[in-house]
Amino acid sequence: MTAITLAVRDSTTMLRRQLRHMSRAWSVTLMLLAVPIVLLLLFVYVLGGTLGDGLGGSGGRGAYVDYVTPGILLVTITGTVQGTAISVALDMTQGIIARFRTMAIARVSVLTGHVLGSVLHTLLSLAAVLGVAVLVGFRPDATAVEWLAAAGVLTATTFALVWLAVAMGLVTTNVAAASNLSMPLTLLPLFGSGFVPTDSMPTVLRWFAEHQPVTPIMETLRGLLLGTPIGDSAVIALAWCAVIALAGYAWAKRLYNRDRTR
Amino acid sequence: MTNLPIEPAIAVTGLRRWYGRHVVLDGIDLHVPEGTIFSLLGPNGAGKTTVVQILSTLIRADAGQVRVCGHDVARAPDRVRAAIGVTGQFSAVDDYLTGEENLLLMADLNHLGKAEGRRRTAELVERLGLGDAAKKPGALYSGGTRRRLDLAMGLMGDPRVIFLDEPTTGLDPRSRRDLWRIVRDLAAGGVTIFLTTQYLEEADQLADRIALLDRGRLVAEGTPAELKRLVPGGHVELRFADDRALTAAAAALDVVPDRAELVLRVPGDGGVRSLKALLDRLDAASVEVDGLALRTPDLDDVFFAVTGQASDQTSGEVTAR
Ligand SMILES: Nc1ncnc2c1ncn2[C@@H]1O[C@H](COP(=O)(O)OP(=O)(O)O)[C@@H](O)[C@H]1O
Ligand SMILES: [Mg+2]
Repeated sequence: MTAITLAVRDSTTMLRRQLRHMSRAWSVTLMLLAVPIVLLLLFVYVLGGTLGDGLGGSGGRGAYVDYVTPGILLVTITGTVQGTAISVALDMTQGIIARFRTMAIARVSVLTGHVLGSVLHTLLSLAAVLGVAVLVGFRPDATAVEWLAAAGVLTATTFALVWLAVAMGLVTTNVAAASNLSMPLTLLPLFGSGFVPTDSMPTVLRWFAEHQPVTPIMETLRGLLLGTPIGDSAVIALAWCAVIALAGYAWAKRLYNRDRTR
Repeated sequence: MTNLPIEPAIAVTGLRRWYGRHVVLDGIDLHVPEGTIFSLLGPNGAGKTTVVQILSTLIRADAGQVRVCGHDVARAPDRVRAAIGVTGQFSAVDDYLTGEENLLLMADLNHLGKAEGRRRTAELVERLGLGDAAKKPGALYSGGTRRRLDLAMGLMGDPRVIFLDEPTTGLDPRSRRDLWRIVRDLAAGGVTIFLTTQYLEEADQLADRIALLDRGRLVAEGTPAELKRLVPGGHVELRFADDRALTAAAAALDVVPDRAELVLRVPGDGGVRSLKALLDRLDAASVEVDGLALRTPDLDDVFFAVTGQASDQTSGEVTAR
């Protein structure tokens, strides 16, 4: 077997292991899904009327659903990815990890299993959240190609953040620390253009909001799904995804391969 | 043992490992011929787990050469991994999967086909008596079941060398005997077994050769019989209620009493016949015995015999059966 076929085969096996774990811990899976949906409902029904008027027209709640949905999609990703960091940290406390290290398998497969599992999990959650968004009035005008592109952006973002989360799960030695370390990720959509446009923010915050990775991703999604101008957001978004994915992968791999007894 | 025609299953020379300035293994040499049971015997902290971790490619040696099944663990770790099965000191099962799922996971990672994986799983469930555990998640197992599942997982790849790190520590006597039987069966099938233990009895029961590890050094090596020859035999310990009875018994049996603890230690193997003769003699002298214990040589005795000092830990003695 070549190294590649071995890696694919073992990663598939580890993915199955991950899916089993998720189905055993379905209450966690549901919780991770409930958070963005509750946020969506909160922002649309409690705050949406006022926030929608502030967007510039007098679109009210209807305009705000459209505006906030890409933000909620990012909240879905960052929230699920925080779950990934926690589950990796938890997994590393299991004795079976030592067993994997004494087996002739593709070493990275333990990590790719987590990555693939979390990407699948996140994509399913994204679909569910989008469904709810449509139910409460989200009206995208995207063509099939634009939908495909949006799906691509969401997948790339998920993939990148999942690798980062895996590294965060590995660098910590317990669940609480993994949860804390990945917490800032979940705040990124809030400190960006996720819930309100950045030009309403004070200067410092505004600078941060416009230069952090999640904002161009959300702007790209808005452009694809709703037809707002994209500008250079797409390129910046994809560049961020590539950088985060590569850095996360390299970091995770290094952490996994270190001698954990030293 | 240096000019063996075929390469031994395990060949270790000059193995050293340290943590910071603490030297944990200080120049270990080991040769384990194929198809034999080798036991590394030593108290807590001697370095047994560290040896197993290095031999099973889990951690690196700091110096020395280690070859398993003809492959260098540092240069060809995957070759070694393909040839070994490991049951570590701490359980290595997936707590969220059932026994059967754990085994099927191992089958997949050993790249067995689907049908072959199912067949091997059923066979191992049967062979290691895992029927009850097959459908339960790992987190719910008793100590003995966990150990057997752990071992079964290590066997999935049909290893030529099996490492067992303190496989019976913490098990009840029955589970211990079950495990011993399994280990013997494996050895009978031609597998090489490298086993660590704190129990002299276990090494004696199972091993073809025993090496004694003390603070990172091998202090003795040989067959169980050779090692036991170094150790003074067992004795019968008699306890008395008062000094008068002790003195009378000491006179009747002609041994020096331990006045501080009110006990007499009479050399002997504790066989029924000699025990009866002993009690008869005390009866004849009308001495009342308060209590009796059979003492078999344990790890402490071996260490005392070999190093002239007790091991760091105080192991419990084997009392009346
Ligand atoms: N990760 C580690 N860091 C520092 N010291 C360690 C580590 N692992 C083991 N040791 C030390 O190495 C010695 C041998 O440990 P170990 O191999 O576990 O002994 P055993 O298995 O015989 O009980 C002990 O003194 C232990 O404290
Ligand atoms: Mg140990």
